[in-house]
Amino acid sequence: MSLRIVVTVKYVPDATGDRHFADDLTVDRDDVDGLLSELDEYAVEQALQIAEEADDAEVTVLTIGPEDAKDALRKALSMGAHKAIHVEDDDLHGTDAIGTSLVLAKAIEKAGFDLVVSGMASTDGTMGVVPALVAERLGVPQVTLLSEVSVEDGTVKGRRDGDAASEQLEAQLPALVSVTDQSGEARYPSFKGIMAAKKKPVESWDLSDLDIEAEEVGLDGAFTKVEAANERPARTAGTIVKDEGEGGKQLAEFLAGQKFI
Amino acid sequence: MAEVLVYVDHVDGAVRKPTLELLTLARRIGEPVAVALGNGAADTAAVLGEHGAVKVLTHDASEYADYLVVPKVDALQAAYEAVSPAAVLVPSSAEGKEVAARLALRIGSGIITDAVDLEAGDESPVATQSVFAASFTTKSRVIKGTPVITVKPNSAAVEAAPAAGAVEALSVSFSDKATGTKVTGRTPRESTGRPELTEAAIVVSGGRGVNGAENFSIIEALADSLGAAVGASRAAVDAGWYPHTNQVGQTGKSVSPQLYIANGISGAIQHRAGMQTSKTIVAVNKDAEAPIFDLVDYGVVGDLFDVVPQLTEEIKSRKG
Ligand SMILES: Cc1cc2nc3c(=O)[nH]c(=O)nc-3n(C[C@H](O)[C@H](O)[C@@H](O)COP(=O)(O)OP(=O)(O)OC[C@H]3O[C@@H](n4cnc5c(N)ncnc54)[C@H](O)[C@@H]3O)c2cc1C
Ligand SMILES: Cc1cc2nc3c(=O)[nH]c(=O)nc-3n(C[C@H](O)[C@H](O)[C@H](O)COP(=O)(O)OP(=O)(O)OC[C@H]3O[C@@H](n4cnc5c(N)ncnc54)[C@H](O)[C@@H]3O)c2cc1C
Repeated sequence: MSLRIVVTVKYVPDATGDRHFADDLTVDRDDVDGLLSELDEYAVEQALQIAEEADDAEVTVLTIGPEDAKDALRKALSMGAHKAIHVEDDDLHGTDAIGTSLVLAKAIEKAGFDLVVSGMASTDGTMGVVPALVAERLGVPQVTLLSEVSVEDGTVKGRRDGDAASEQLEAQLPALVSVTDQSGEARYPSFKGIMAAKKKPVESWDLSDLDIEAEEVGLDGAFTKVEAANERPARTAGTIVKDEGEGGKQLAEFLAGQKFI
Repeated sequence: MAEVLVYVDHVDGAVRKPTLELLTLARRIGEPVAVALGNGAADTAAVLGEHGAVKVLTHDASEYADYLVVPKVDALQAAYEAVSPAAVLVPSSAEGKEVAARLALRIGSGIITDAVDLEAGDESPVATQSVFAASFTTKSRVIKGTPVITVKPNSAAVEAAPAAGAVEALSVSFSDKATGTKVTGRTPRESTGRPELTEAAIVVSGGRGVNGAENFSIIEALADSLGAAVGASRAAVDAGWYPHTNQVGQTGKSVSPQLYIANGISGAIQHRAGMQTSKTIVAVNKDAEAPIFDLVDYGVVGDLFDVVPQLTEEIKSRKG
């Protein structure tokens, strides 16, 4: 029996670029180069490892995003995913977390799945709630924030390292997992992988393919509203001294002046 | 006055500080009603009452420890239905965010995560968020349903405000999905005796420059001289020099203490994402060009193996 794995990935503005907001207070995705969210690379990696362990498995990568978001899908395909689904529709502009989870859940259901793998958070919104929301919508167990994951005989197992304790978790498929950046470095696409990715199928779906009304998503459908976004004033230049033998004492003097000692 | 549900983060009845901060913020919006679940839930009432909770809804069942997240969502939903609050506030822990999100979906509401401040607002509470590695500050509102907002640690000063804190048993019936994800094992984290990283007033961090697990004792000694928590960069964590639970940054903890001291840390954007909102920032780094120096109130260009021990000695002698 074949194991159907769907990996949700996001195309995000490069964190090392000059990220900012557009006039409608959504993220400006035109001015800054985008890429596959680095935290989703870990999701792709774990999905590929699970697929390699299984006898017969297929890895589908899924994203919602503008035309350019195909780059994120290509990267995942060149790492080794088998096929890709791109949900693209102008009415999606401005969708918030609740709306994103609706679209992802409908697309995952349409694609068919035994296991969904997500990153721990996107590197732009960094909310970290989409996997839990998608699990709630799909009505499947959430096995989230795993630093270790495996699938065997229809059961997914993993380790979640929390503040108070490290927990061993277990659930029956179908299920959704999310993985952290502790789960293992993502592989680099090989030249062969990059060439092969060009021939792999990328399906494009719009809202009508998913039976979603325009009013349910986008800025108009959003459950939250950003009312202001202001650049944080740059920190005023501090004092910088060169250690010439007294650096520690000088720093202590500063800390004492600030009443920390 | 409108009631505001506050989800209580506690360990066996010991309430964690972020919850007390939430009670302070909740009072700006209405009357806090706290929800405490699991082992020791009822023991939380006294301290919650001292900090403004008019009521404490409690429920204990083995499901909270034996299964992941969903039993807590079921319980919070039961509390929501019993109270019909004006807002639901939850601490921004990994679990808190997941519980809050699923609740929001069930009750047809929007969710805002990682608020760093909260005001009452004319129509609904206005949340301040610090986004894009703390380079932007946004003001946002939930515009559909009952606002569900998660709040980061250190977002408000804890203020005492005696209230009834009357304990009431919450009645909860678990959904059939509640037992979907089993917790089959649990290894509690050993206490170091140092303050909790996200709650500490002072954080002393070490990065790749510390150059070895054994050298972290230099960082720990400085931290102990100041009563501080110890943090680490991802480079130090990835090298296995310090536990991941101490990582500061985008995929680690975000901290905003009164004082942050970065030692041998370059200041990559992902590290800055987790510490840029610290009130006072200090760095020790031998590279004068390190980006961390763009953030500092005070920086020492020098070898941490010289500067840090000297600093620790000086602090100890000044404290006598
Ligand atoms: C700075 C900022 C702040 C925001 N604040 C809020 C807020 O408070 N409330 C709110 O409702 N929305 C908010 N949003 C919008 C929200 O980030 C996105 O709409 C939504 O995609 C969820 O956030 P996330 O991707 O950060 O989710 P996360 O839960 O952080 O993402 C986890 C994983 O889910 C998957 N995933 C997420 N989005 C997609 C996608 N589009 N396609 C495929 N897979 C995906 C990916 O695997 C991703 O790594 C904010 C956005 C930004 C940029
Ligand atoms: C998706 C993603 C998420 C990430 N999340 C995080 C995160 O949460 N937290 C995080 O920290 N990073 C994170 N990173 C990694 C981040 O990009 C950097 O690689 C990391 O922060 C570097 O750590 P560092 O500053 O300790 O090491 P380096 O960048 O190598 O810097 C070491 C510094 O130490 C100085 N130094 C060396 N020796 C000495 C000495 N003897 N005395 C004084 N100074 C000395 C050097 O001059 C240098 O500036 C993430 C990266 C990605 C892609």
